[in-house]
Amino acid sequence: MSPDKFEPLIVGFLCNWCSYAGADLAGTARIQYPSNIRIIRVMCSGRVDPLFITKVLRTGFDGVLVSGCHPGECHYQTGNYRARRRLAITKKFLEYIGIEPQRIQASWISASEGAKFAEVVNEVTQGVREIGPNKLFAEEGNGIKTTGGS
Amino acid sequence: MEIEVGSIILAPGYEIFQPQIQSEYGYKRFSNVVTSLEFERILSASGPYRGEVKRPSDRKTPKRIAWIQCIGSRDTAVGNTYCSSVCCMYATKQVILAKDHDSELEATIFHNDIRAFGKGFERYYERAKNTPGVRYIWSKVSILRELPGTKNVVIRFRRNSTDTELSEEEFDLVVLSVGLTSSANIRELADKLSIELNQYGFCNSYPLSPIETSRAGIYVSGVFHAPKDIPDSVTMASGAASLSAQLLSERRGTLVTEKEYPPERDVTGESPRVGVFVCRCGTNIARGVDVPRVIRYARSLDNVVHAEENIFSCSIDATTQLCETIKEKGLNRVVVAACTPRTHEPVFQETLREAGLNPYLFEMANIREQCSLVHAKDKMAATRKAQDIVRMAVAKARLIKPLKQLSMGVNRSALVIGGGVSGMVSTLSLAEQGFETHLVERSEALGGIARRIHHTLEGEDIQTYLQDLITRVYKNPAIQVYTEASITEVAGYVGNFTTKVTVGAEKIVKEIAHGVTIIAAGAEEFKPTEYLYGKDSRVLTLLELEAEMTSGSERITQCNTLVIIQCVGSRDSERPYCSRVCCGQAIKNALKLKEINPEIEIYLLYRDMRTYAFKEDYYQKAAEQEVKFIRYDIDDKPEVEVIQEKGQAILRVSVTEPILGQRLVIDTDMLALGVAIVPPTDNKELSQLFKVPLNEDGFFLEAHMKLRPVDFATDGIFMCGLAHSPKFIDESSAQAQAAASRAATTLAKDFVTAEGIVCSVNENICSGCGVCELVCPYKAIQVDKERKVAKVNEALCKGCGSCGAACPSGVISMNHFKDEQILAQIEALMA
Ligand SMILES: Cc1cc2nc3c(=O)[nH]c(=O)nc-3n(C[C@H](O)[C@H](O)[C@H](O)COP(=O)(O)OP(=O)(O)OC[C@H]3O[C@@H](n4cnc5c(N)ncnc54)[C@H](O)[C@@H]3O)c2cc1C
Ligand code: SF4
Ligand code: SF4
Ligand code: SF4
Ligand code: FES
Repeated sequence: MSPDKFEPLIVGFLCNWCSYAGADLAGTARIQYPSNIRIIRVMCSGRVDPLFITKVLRTGFDGVLVSGCHPGECHYQTGNYRARRRLAITKKFLEYIGIEPQRIQASWISASEGAKFAEVVNEVTQGVREIGPNKLFAEEGNGIKTTGGS
Repeated sequence: MEIEVGSIILAPGYEIFQPQIQSEYGYKRFSNVVTSLEFERILSASGPYRGEVKRPSDRKTPKRIAWIQCIGSRDTAVGNTYCSSVCCMYATKQVILAKDHDSELEATIFHNDIRAFGKGFERYYERAKNTPGVRYIWSKVSILRELPGTKNVVIRFRRNSTDTELSEEEFDLVVLSVGLTSSANIRELADKLSIELNQYGFCNSYPLSPIETSRAGIYVSGVFHAPKDIPDSVTMASGAASLSAQLLSERRGTLVTEKEYPPERDVTGESPRVGVFVCRCGTNIARGVDVPRVIRYARSLDNVVHAEENIFSCSIDATTQLCETIKEKGLNRVVVAACTPRTHEPVFQETLREAGLNPYLFEMANIREQCSLVHAKDKMAATRKAQDIVRMAVAKARLIKPLKQLSMGVNRSALVIGGGVSGMVSTLSLAEQGFETHLVERSEALGGIARRIHHTLEGEDIQTYLQDLITRVYKNPAIQVYTEASITEVAGYVGNFTTKVTVGAEKIVKEIAHGVTIIAAGAEEFKPTEYLYGKDSRVLTLLELEAEMTSGSERITQCNTLVIIQCVGSRDSERPYCSRVCCGQAIKNALKLKEINPEIEIYLLYRDMRTYAFKEDYYQKAAEQEVKFIRYDIDDKPEVEVIQEKGQAILRVSVTEPILGQRLVIDTDMLALGVAIVPPTDNKELSQLFKVPLNEDGFFLEAHMKLRPVDFATDGIFMCGLAHSPKFIDESSAQAQAAASRAATTLAKDFVTAEGIVCSVNENICSGCGVCELVCPYKAIQVDKERKVAKVNEALCKGCGSCGAACPSGVISMNHFKDEQILAQIEALMA
C-alpha cells in the first residue's frame, strides 16, 4: 500500500437478519472485498438513528452504508421502509450542510446475497475513494483516523 | 452393566477404505501418495505440519497435486460397487482449501462422474472448476512410478476422451480420494441386535422410511445407513430422535433432570473487567489475521484485564476453560473474537450463565466471516481491521448491562404447510408424539408430487405408501387437515404464532394458534422450452413418461427407440444447481422400459451420472442391459429436430459421441427429458409472510448447512422436503422426521424464554407524542392515556429498535443496542 493513496474508512450498519447474514455468507464463501469497511450490527435497519449517521461523518469517517432486508422482507415487517425514509431526510440535511451525497449509501441485501454484499462494499469504497477524504468536520479536530483499509 | 431402554439409535458410522500395499496406487510404497483423510490432516491446523501444506518425503510445499477419485468405490475388483457419495465434494473442498493456502498451486482432479448433487454443491464445484490452475480431467489413471531423486509420482491418463494416446505427467503429491466402507466388526453388532445388513455391510432399513431398521424400536442414522455427508447425517440423526420420541412419547421427560445454573452474580457498581478471547478457528482465522498481535493489542485496551487465544473457542475444552477464567479473574464482561454471533453467540452465552454471569454481558467480535475470510490476501490490513473490530467490541462491552428474559407459555400445537410426503410425515410424527397438528394444503388433495410417482428406483410402490400416509393423516384425531387452503396472515413468534388461513372454495377464514411452524411447501417440475417440448407430442418429461408407462399406453409398448436427455433446466447459468433425483429417475424408467420391452433401444444423454450411494448398482445394471450412455458437454448440447422423410415426421436427436468425437444421429420414437425441480413461484410470498429467507435458487435457506440443516434462523420455524432442496422421497421422509424432531423440542417445553433485547422508555422525559406507537409493528408500545407517557409491553416487544430511532425526544432506549453503546462503537473506531 502506498502511503499517499487515499484509503477511505467506511462504517456499515447492517441488520441482523438479512444484510449481516449476507455479509457472513460472503465470508463462508470466501468472496474477497476491500477491507475499508467496519460493521456495526443492529437488529433492524430501522434502528439506525440519524444521530448515528451524523456521528459517523462528524467523527471524520469517509462514508456510511446502511443495509437491510429487501422490501417486504424486513424481519420486523416495516423497519426497512422507515429506515429508508429517515435516511433520505438525513441525507438531505447533511447534503445541505455540505456532505457529498455519495458518502451515504443504502442497499438491500438478503441472507443469500453474499456476492452482492461484496459488490456493494466494492462500489461504496470505490465511490468514496473517488470523492476523496471527508474534510467537512476536520476543523472540529475530530478527523483523526489511524487505520484505513487495504 | 445393564441399561434398560425403550429404543435404540444406531450410529456406528463407517471406516475409510484402506488401499492395499500391493495395490496399483503405490500407497505406502511411494511416500508422496496419501489418502484424502491424511491430506485432510495435512490441511488442518493441528495436523502434522501445523496447517501448512507440505508433502511427506521432504516437507516441501507441493506445487502440483493430483487427486484420484473413486478409490475403493464403484469398483468391482474390491467388491465395493457402490458410490461413496462424499468424495467428489470433499476433494473439491480440499482443492479450494489447498488453493487458499497457495494460489500458485496446480491442482488436478482425475475423476469419473462428478457427483455434486447436494444443496449448493454444483455452484461450489463450478467455482473450483473455474479457478485458475485447477483442472478436472475425466479419465481413468494409473500410477506408474516414483522418481528416485525427487520422489515425485508419475501418473498416466487420457487428456481428452477422444485422445488415442495416453499422456504421462509428474506430480509432487498424489491424494487418493478413498471411499467409505462399513466397519469391520459391524456384523457382530447386527447379529446381537438382530437387524439386517445389506450386501456391503450397511444397515438394511425400511426403504421409504430409511431411519427404521428391520427391527421395531431400533433406528439408524448417518453413514451406517448409506454413505452420506454431514448435513444429511445430522438430519437423519434428528429424525431418529423423533422416531424414538414417537415410540416413547408417554414417558417424555420422566428421566430428565433440569440443568441448574449457579445464581447470577450481581455486577452493578463494579467497574468493567473485560476478558477478550481470540479464536484461531484452526487456521481459518489464524491464516488471515495475526492472532498473537490482536491479543497483545487487546491487552492494551482500557478495562481489559485478561486476553488469551484459543485454537477453537467454541470447543468443549475452551468453553470449560472460559467458564473457569471468568470466575478466576472476576470478569464481568466477555468478548469473544471469533466467527459470527448469528451462529455462535448462544454457545458463549450459555458459558456465561454457567459461570454465574448474565448472558447479555457478552459481545462477539466477528473476525472470521467479516475479516479473515474476506481479506485473505492482505494479512496486514486484515489484522488491523481485526484490531478495530475487537476495539469496537470492547467499547460496547464496557457499556452493556445485564438483561432479564421473560418466560412465556408455549402453545403446544404445530402448523405444517404443504401436504406432500414431507408435510404428512412431519404431521404424523408430531401427532403421534401427542401434539395437535394443523396441516394446510393449497390444492384439493394431499400427496404433492408423489401422486405422479409410481415406484422408486429400488422398486417400492409409492401409491400404496401414499394412500397409507393419507389414511393415517385423516384418521389421527390430533390432526386437522385444511385443503384448498392458503395462508394470508402470520403474527407472533416461537411458542405463540397466530396464522390466518382461508379454506375451501368458500374461502372460510380460520385463525390457527400454534407454537411452531414447519414449511414443507415442496417444489415443481420444470416445464422446458427447448428440445421441442410442448411442440412435438413425442417429447415429454420423465414424469410424463412414467405416467404413460403406468397406464400402459400403446406408444410405450410400441416404442422401439427412446432417447433421454438429462439436466434439462438444471446445472446451467439460469439454474446453477443439480436437481439430484433425475439421474436415478432416468435409470429407474429405463430399467422399467427394458422390463416391458427387452428389445427397446435406449440412449441416455447425460453430463454426469449422479447415481450416488447404492443407486450406482442400478446404473451398472442399466449398462449391462445395454442402455447406451452418451456423455455430452453443456457447450455442445444435443440437438433435436423433426425431419420430413417419406411423408413421415421423424424425430431426430444428434449428439457428439465423446470417444470418437463424431456426431451421432438417432431417429427416435420418443424423447424423454430429465427436467429440473424448481421451487414454486409463490415461495416468495411464504418467505415474506414468515420472514424467513430463500436462497439464490429460490429454495428455503437453513440457519446453518451443517449444524442446523432443518432450522430457520428464526426460532420455531423449520423446513423439510423439496422446500429445502431437491431430494428423493426416502430422503424427504427422513428430513420430515428431522423437522418434526426439532419442532418437538420447542413443543415439549412449558416455557420459551423471550429475547431480553427489548426497549424501555424514560418516563420522566417522554412527551407522550405517540410517534413510537405509530411505528411499532407489534403494538408493543402504547401511550398511557392518563399519564401521557409511552409504556412498553415487554412480552410483545421484538426489539427491532424502530421506535427508538423515531422518538423525537430520544427517550426510548433499546437494550443491548443503546444509543450510547452504538456511539461508543463509532467513537472507538477513531481511537
Ligand atoms: C420432477 C420430479 C421428479 C421426481 N422424481 C422422483 C423419483 O423418481 N423418485 C423419488 O424418490 N423422488 C422423486 N422426486 C422427489 C419426490 O417427489 C419428493 O421427494 C417427495 O414427493 C416429497 O415432496 P414434498 O412433500 O417435499 O413436496 P411436494 O410433493 O411438492 O408437496 C408440497 C405440497 O405443498 C403444497 N403447497 C405448496 N405451497 C403451499 C402453500 N403456500 N400453502 C399450502 N400448501 C402449499 C403443494 O400443493 C404440495 O401438495 C421427484 C420430484 C420432482 C419434482
Ligand atoms: S463418484 Fe462417488 S465414489 Fe466416486 S469419487 Fe465421486 S462421490 Fe466418491
Ligand atoms: S440429470 Fe438431474 S440429477 Fe443428474 S446431474 Fe443432471 S440435474 Fe443432477
Ligand atoms: S423496539 Fe420495536 S417492537 Fe419493541 S416497542 Fe419499539 S418498535 Fe415496538
Ligand atoms: S430486519 Fe433487516 S431491515 Fe429490518
